[in-house]
Amino acid sequence: MALKVPRHEMPCQDAQERAHNFDEVALGYTREMAVEEAQRCLQCKNPLCRTGCPVEVLIPDFIKKVSEEDFLGAAEVLKVKNSLPAICGRVCPQENQCESKCILGIKGEPVAIGRLERFAADYEMKHGDGTVEKVQPSGKKVAIIGAGPAGLACAGDLAKAGHAVTVFEALHVAGGVLMYGIPQFRLPKEIVQREIGNLEKLGVEILTNQVVGKVTSVDELMENGYDAVFIGTGAGLPYFMGIPGENLNGVYSANEFLTRTNLMKGYKFPEYATPVKVGKKVAVLGAGNVAMDGARTALRLGAEEVSIIYRRSREEMPARKEEAEHAEEEGVQFRLLTNPVAIHGDERGWVKSMTCLRYELGEPDASGRRSPVAISGSEFEIEVDTVIVAIGQGPNPLVTKSTPGLELNKRGNIVADPETLATSKPGVFAGGDIVTGAATVILAMGAGKKAAASIDAYLKSKN
Amino acid sequence: MYRVVKRRQLAPSIVLLEVEAPAVAAKAEPGQFVIVRMDEKSERIPLTVMDFNREKGTITIVIQDVGYSSALINQMEEGSAFLDFVGPLGVKTEIEKYGTVVCIGGGLGIAPVHPIARALKEAGNKVISVLGSRSADLLILEDEMRAASDEIVVATNDGSMGIQGFVTDGLAHVLNRGEKVDIIWAIGPMIMMKAVCDYTRPLGIKTIVSLNPVMVDGTGMCGACRVSVGDETKFACVDGPEFDGHLVDWELAMQRLAYFKDEENRAKARLECEGGHH
Ligand SMILES: Cc1cc2nc3c(=O)[nH]c(=O)nc-3n(C[C@H](O)[C@H](O)[C@H](O)COP(=O)(O)OP(=O)(O)OC[C@H]3O[C@@H](n4cnc5c(N)ncnc54)[C@H](O)[C@@H]3O)c2cc1C
Ligand SMILES: Cc1cc2nc3c(=O)[nH]c(=O)nc-3n(C[C@H](O)[C@H](O)[C@H](O)COP(=O)(O)OP(=O)(O)OC[C@H]3O[C@@H](n4cnc5c(N)ncnc54)[C@H](O)[C@@H]3O)c2cc1C
Ligand code: SF4
Ligand code: SF4
Ligand code: FES
Repeated sequence: MALKVPRHEMPCQDAQERAHNFDEVALGYTREMAVEEAQRCLQCKNPLCRTGCPVEVLIPDFIKKVSEEDFLGAAEVLKVKNSLPAICGRVCPQENQCESKCILGIKGEPVAIGRLERFAADYEMKHGDGTVEKVQPSGKKVAIIGAGPAGLACAGDLAKAGHAVTVFEALHVAGGVLMYGIPQFRLPKEIVQREIGNLEKLGVEILTNQVVGKVTSVDELMENGYDAVFIGTGAGLPYFMGIPGENLNGVYSANEFLTRTNLMKGYKFPEYATPVKVGKKVAVLGAGNVAMDGARTALRLGAEEVSIIYRRSREEMPARKEEAEHAEEEGVQFRLLTNPVAIHGDERGWVKSMTCLRYELGEPDASGRRSPVAISGSEFEIEVDTVIVAIGQGPNPLVTKSTPGLELNKRGNIVADPETLATSKPGVFAGGDIVTGAATVILAMGAGKKAAASIDAYLKSKN
Repeated sequence: MYRVVKRRQLAPSIVLLEVEAPAVAAKAEPGQFVIVRMDEKSERIPLTVMDFNREKGTITIVIQDVGYSSALINQMEEGSAFLDFVGPLGVKTEIEKYGTVVCIGGGLGIAPVHPIARALKEAGNKVISVLGSRSADLLILEDEMRAASDEIVVATNDGSMGIQGFVTDGLAHVLNRGEKVDIIWAIGPMIMMKAVCDYTRPLGIKTIVSLNPVMVDGTGMCGACRVSVGDETKFACVDGPEFDGHLVDWELAMQRLAYFKDEENRAKARLECEGGHH
């Protein structure tokens, strides 16, 4: 019986309408939809879905609670493994993770695990009393550097274990990419702040405006009484293509464009004082989540024509499928098998056009994807006035450079033991994008949790 | 909260603020800057450290009213507070014993030059400071600069004080009397820094400038502050703000500063019609 009920679609704002506002695109299940969707779950004895989740959320257990209409209970089960469920339910690439393993997916459509996770977490935010149990203090202090998903997850678990946790965050708010990168229409900032508020209720102290490597250092923190340090500084250093014209007016890194819009609320300029400017014809270089977010943000800020420029084909695009589809529905164009070679400016130094080359797919490369090969002589011009570079980010060196004894790989990422997340420096642990390079929210969270467990063990061994 | 403990009007649109920020004060060095945000709706504004007091735990900044945000900060009173105050950011000045050093401050640029001149003098250099402004009433921090230098030379555009002309004329005055200058710091409007560099390049005198491009985070995360130095792209907030002025692409730097001009004018116009509140 359960198999016959089709998977419930996510209700969304109309594509034409949402392309012009910053309200959340996906509206969330209603109570009825959630219960029906939860009833599709077979409650497998050996739930394969869990093996697809980096933090092994107790998936059948929470879904059972949803099907029984015990939504607060469902949220409680979620939180056993995942301290930020309202966020993961929205931004996890579920189709490659939990849902890709769901048994129902073999013959039909998998249970909409992410959407149910979102529903339960949102319900709890609205109706829960938000109380948390106080734990016996351990007397140990841990410093966390960076308030992104890795640092926050680590902080939450350590606080639950009774340790005094202080998070040092460079920006004026906590949340990392969740606040400055992922747009409001995909992840409302109020939700991120509410999840962070829950951590503060657990006793986590968050100090903003603290750039570690400048105002203090890892060694100083250790000298000042912190028994262990976790580094979760992310992959925040934007890469550029290195082509002529990249410093012209009108060329942004996706980080700058999104930070102005999200963190500084530039979409509400001039009520909020930080401007963000977008022209009529926008080219976004790259095809990952960051590029989709840049493109969809540009549309919402009033651009008339927005295209994603990518040198491979649709199949190789690293963005989540749903994000690419949403972008397309909203009117973002895809210029695939195309790569820019130079950006040109007018007499004032503002972007006016771009020379591109056409590509074709050749032999598979090391990643197994067919590698793009430039077609010689295929140069052509496109007219653009804004270019958003979203070709990836690397590790920011402020912390790593100011920490002697910390082993790095050749790209500048911190080397950490995959099991314990211990670095080469005693008492210092690291996880998230600073270790793996740009990845996902849930992987960063998973790393933060793993590190919390081994920091807890390390602190106990020091007793 | 970061409280303003002292406010001093230095010139008609230039204000000095001493702000409580003990952690920043403990670490600040000449050449570094802070980023401030006045309230929830404000921009993040970079400002150079003009002075620091480690005992009192304060940082002194000097700010000129040039647009929306700087105008609001200009109106802050003693006892009011910044919501955010982050620093010290950027690379500190390389203070060494060079010999004879000329420190050039143009207009507001005198404020960031101040701690540099003082530290260079403490390091045993002979420090000659050249201060420039449009007219005598706009010249700021003259007493402080006198104390921080072995000698000061003033140049005003209208001749109301010191030499008539630009800071380059003040520098020429020092060089022409036969002074052997080992290195120069020049801080002020882009156009002034460019003029000094054009003047010193053929003379082969190393000239350090402090660039002030548009910034957002100040930690190397956004790339808004990128400048071209010696044909390489640098992020001024983490690689600078000080650079070898002879290698800076000045055209590009000035062009990039104008990118948000329309929006800035809109914000400023709004401030004027609302009378300073938002
Ligand atoms: C635009 C965009 C869209 C994305 N979309 C998705 C998505 O849909 N799904 C998904 O799963 N993933 C997505 N990702 C990736 C995901 O956001 C990251 O993998 C994740 O945030 C990494 O977490 P983190 O904690 O390692 O680092 P971050 O989130 O980068 O957090 C690091 C924190 O450390 C702080 N910090 C850095 N240096 C210092 C210092 N010196 N001192 C103090 N603090 C410091 C930073 O300010 C930041 O707050 C997206 C990323 C971007 C940029
Ligand atoms: C490292 C650094 C140190 C600085 N130190 C000081 C200081 O000590 N005192 C001080 O008064 N100002 C300083 N500035 C400049 C100051 O940050 C700007 O004046 C301020 O951001 C302008 O904001 P606004 O909204 O008032 O003006 P806007 O309306 O944004 O701009 C008004 C005018 O100022 C120019 N401008 C805009 N942003 C900047 C900028 N970041 N830098 C320079 N000019 C800009 C615009 O081109 C325009 O002509 C510094 C800037 C940097 C990057
Ligand atoms: S955290 Fe992400 S991967 Fe894990 S169950 Fe939830 S949506 Fe799936
Ligand atoms: S694999 Fe699918 S059906 Fe089985 S428990 Fe997990 S979600 Fe339910
Ligand atoms: S201000 Fe963002 S990188 Fe320099």
